[in-house]
Amino acid sequence: MLSFILIILAASIFTGIVNRVRSLVSGRKGPGLFQPIRDVVRLFRKGSVYSDTCSWIFKLAPSVSMATVLMAMLVIPFARTKGVLSFEGDFVFFAYVLALGKFFSIIASWDTGNSFEGMGASREALYSTLAEPAFFILIGSFAMLTGYTSFYDIFRTLHFGSYISYLLGLLATFVLITLAMIENSRMPVDDPRTHLELTMIHEVMILDNSGFDLGLILSTSYLKFALYGALIANFFIDIMPWYIAIPSFFGIQFLVAIAVGIWESFTARFRMSHNPQFIFILSSVSLLIFFGVMLVLHMFN
Amino acid sequence: MALLITFLALTLSSVILIPFFSARWKGKLMIGTVLLNSVVSAIPAVQCFLGFDFRLTLPGSLVTGEIPVSMDALSSWFVLLINFTMLTGAFYGHSYLKAYRDQRNELSVHHIAYVLVHASLISICVLQNSMAFLIAWEIMALSSFVLIIFEHLKHDTLKAGINFLVQSHVSVLFLVLGFIWVGTSMNSFGFKAISDFALLQPHASSLILLILFFIGFAIKAGFVPFHTWLPYAHPAAPAHVSGVMSGVIIKIGIYGILRMLLLVRHDFISIGYIILIVSVISGVYGVMLATIQHNLKKLLAFHSIENIGIIGMGIGLGCLGLGYGIMPLVVLGFAGALLHTLNHSLFKSVLFYASGNVYQATHTMNLERLGGLIKKMPKTSLVFLVAAMAICGLPPFNGFISEFLIYSGILSGLKSANLTLVWMLAFAILGLVSIGGLAIMCFTKAFGSVFLGSPRQTLRSNPEEAGPLSLFPLYAGILLIVLIGIFPSLVFQVLNKPVSQFVSISGMPVQAEGLLSFPGLNWIGVASAGIFGVVGILMFIRWKVTHKREIVTGPTWGCGYVAPNPRMQYTASSYVRTYRKLAEPMLSIDVKKTEISGIFPEVGKHETHPYDKAESWIIDFPVRQLQVFINRFSFLQNGKLQVYILYGVLFISLILIIPLVYDKIVSAIQLLNQM
Repeated sequence: MLSFILIILAASIFTGIVNRVRSLVSGRKGPGLFQPIRDVVRLFRKGSVYSDTCSWIFKLAPSVSMATVLMAMLVIPFARTKGVLSFEGDFVFFAYVLALGKFFSIIASWDTGNSFEGMGASREALYSTLAEPAFFILIGSFAMLTGYTSFYDIFRTLHFGSYISYLLGLLATFVLITLAMIENSRMPVDDPRTHLELTMIHEVMILDNSGFDLGLILSTSYLKFALYGALIANFFIDIMPWYIAIPSFFGIQFLVAIAVGIWESFTARFRMSHNPQFIFILSSVSLLIFFGVMLVLHMFN
Repeated sequence: MALLITFLALTLSSVILIPFFSARWKGKLMIGTVLLNSVVSAIPAVQCFLGFDFRLTLPGSLVTGEIPVSMDALSSWFVLLINFTMLTGAFYGHSYLKAYRDQRNELSVHHIAYVLVHASLISICVLQNSMAFLIAWEIMALSSFVLIIFEHLKHDTLKAGINFLVQSHVSVLFLVLGFIWVGTSMNSFGFKAISDFALLQPHASSLILLILFFIGFAIKAGFVPFHTWLPYAHPAAPAHVSGVMSGVIIKIGIYGILRMLLLVRHDFISIGYIILIVSVISGVYGVMLATIQHNLKKLLAFHSIENIGIIGMGIGLGCLGLGYGIMPLVVLGFAGALLHTLNHSLFKSVLFYASGNVYQATHTMNLERLGGLIKKMPKTSLVFLVAAMAICGLPPFNGFISEFLIYSGILSGLKSANLTLVWMLAFAILGLVSIGGLAIMCFTKAFGSVFLGSPRQTLRSNPEEAGPLSLFPLYAGILLIVLIGIFPSLVFQVLNKPVSQFVSISGMPVQAEGLLSFPGLNWIGVASAGIFGVVGILMFIRWKVTHKREIVTGPTWGCGYVAPNPRMQYTASSYVRTYRKLAEPMLSIDVKKTEISGIFPEVGKHETHPYDKAESWIIDFPVRQLQVFINRFSFLQNGKLQVYILYGVLFISLILIIPLVYDKIVSAIQLLNQM
């Protein structure tokens, strides 16, 4: 339960930090750290506009996406405390429950009958299909390394062996940050600031959402970022007392947010046709980790 | 014995009686027979799960020898799932065929064939004698052929039916080869002879025997590259037949493979690798092709191949577990395979029935023409949505449970120190993950383009929701889909018995209370219920917050364009275009397009015709070569009667002369030897 609360707290400023870093790098003062939260609160207070093409799918989808992210958060452990749901193979559940949310956001954009939204949905479906293997190979490798298959046990026993695990953790951080960027449709794959619908992915899928639903969608994506940040934090937070663990959790989230902000400031969006190649790189890096684990386990002898 | 006689009497009497009833009563009689047969066969099946195996030996005949009839846990599992889907199929078929009331003769044959398919499927599960097994198998193959060609006046239907008939007899050929090999070397056609054969013969021959059986059953089940009949047969058949065929008839191939694995207890490592590789390829290839289809039923048919691949992965993993002695792999692999067999029979039949509803409302299965049906057919679309999520393996539905078991199996195998095994498992994970991702893409496309948005083309008739009779079988399937998703550990306990049959092969002890305590499943049940709960709470909060707010309805935001029309919507092919481009080297897609160019452009066109590369290599190419070869002899067929008579005379004389000449040669050689 501790991780659940911590993720919510981290999510409330994560996007704020990313935006702040971006504006500082580009020489502006930028909005306050809590601006994203204020946006959401403002949206929650508004009325809604629905398209007459839409059905109940469109109204249900944001809640389902939010629910799946909340369920996924329950799986994440923190230092010595298990997640609320912790069982063997829980990372499979983690990935599949997030996929459920994606399924709904895709059909919701089909529901509007807007061709731009279909375009976004098509890209979202393809990119997440391509990104999924990276996550499974990554966590699968760590499961092989530690001999456990739940997040809690993997992270608990990760650093018993050698310091190579920290190195693998660094590679894993790269994969997870990039995955978070793809999942949230951020910079190298998608530019959330673009004004051209043709080049959007996630933003164009939610064109028709407004009011409460839009607020829900935005807060879902904040939570999702912090969710991946929490996973990364778990790779480095060892067994330590809570008064070290909690500050280091926020420290790592903070670093991840700064890294994301800097990365976004200095890269341009790829051409759409280059995105699949970029995402395949991720799977290759995870395979590299897989090899690394096999080396550590002396499997090639 | 009484059960057996009732079963046979019921089947025979309804087969004889169906033609004499009126069109309306034929269907009712069929449902009645299927229902009674299900009850009769479910009694021993349920008893078996309670601990009393059903065993019986029929005297048989001189040719077959004794025919043991037995119902062990594996048979019971399959009998129960066959009964359920055949029943929903019968109910759905009864209301689906209302539109065809005037075709009395077709209806008689169709209903007789349906009863026979059900009876023969059950018989296949319980007969333990190769000869009897083959006879039941043949009845099943022929009657499913009759079921497929219900609309036999359509050219495509007949062609698909004949394709099915030919291929299912190729499958019979492999089975006959295997059974005859065992029969001649062991002098018995009982299934026990097969396990004796594996014990007595050298290792290589039992592996070859297993491969023969695997190919035979794989053609029925639809493993790549033996799948080519499947995408034709499913769309051609009426919806309830497609549902039943995809749900249970192809599963009998899975039953056959599992049964043979129980009998030929030998060299599980090689066969495990073979099955696993074939299955991963089937799974990925099936879903890759499914994603680019335009016809809803064809899309579903390719998904059957994918799901057979997932089931096969479970079987392959289980075999590898047996071979390397990794207990969790055995348990989770076979449990995953068996559960996915049930799950697939549930959601696939529901999907086919729902597509039947769509077909009857719109008279088309072309994804590019449909759209917006969720407003006209809300119940059908809800059912389709749930089944689609289940087939994608998403929680909180049943598909996730079986895929989770297979994942857990793979992960438990990763602890092994065997390099080849670990490589194979990594390959299997990659396969399973890609299947999951592509399935989501495919079903968002199917659901989105059929039910969401606005109609992409004006339909001739105004689509209406199907009646409650057509919906009832769908609800029954959905109920089980949700229940298995929320109470997975209960199902897992039922699976204990059939799985322990496989565990006992390895010689490892089976605990009395059940081998498997798998606490993860309890948690998954909780999590599944949790998803429903959290969505419910969020929807409640949403309602609380927004019900007093101002709600405005307007047209979809067209990004500044003020006159968008339904034809400008994204279509199924545009949705998968990027994927198609990416996968093009691996698939064979025929694209025809006319670009818009010039100042006064002509009408632009874009057509894609997906074709199966495996089919063109494995079926079309050899058939063409064979035709070329046989055409060389076409001069023999010159239409002159005298010449034909000459052929006959030549043939008879050759038959007579060859043995004589052979004898002479043999005696001449002997003479030479003596000198």
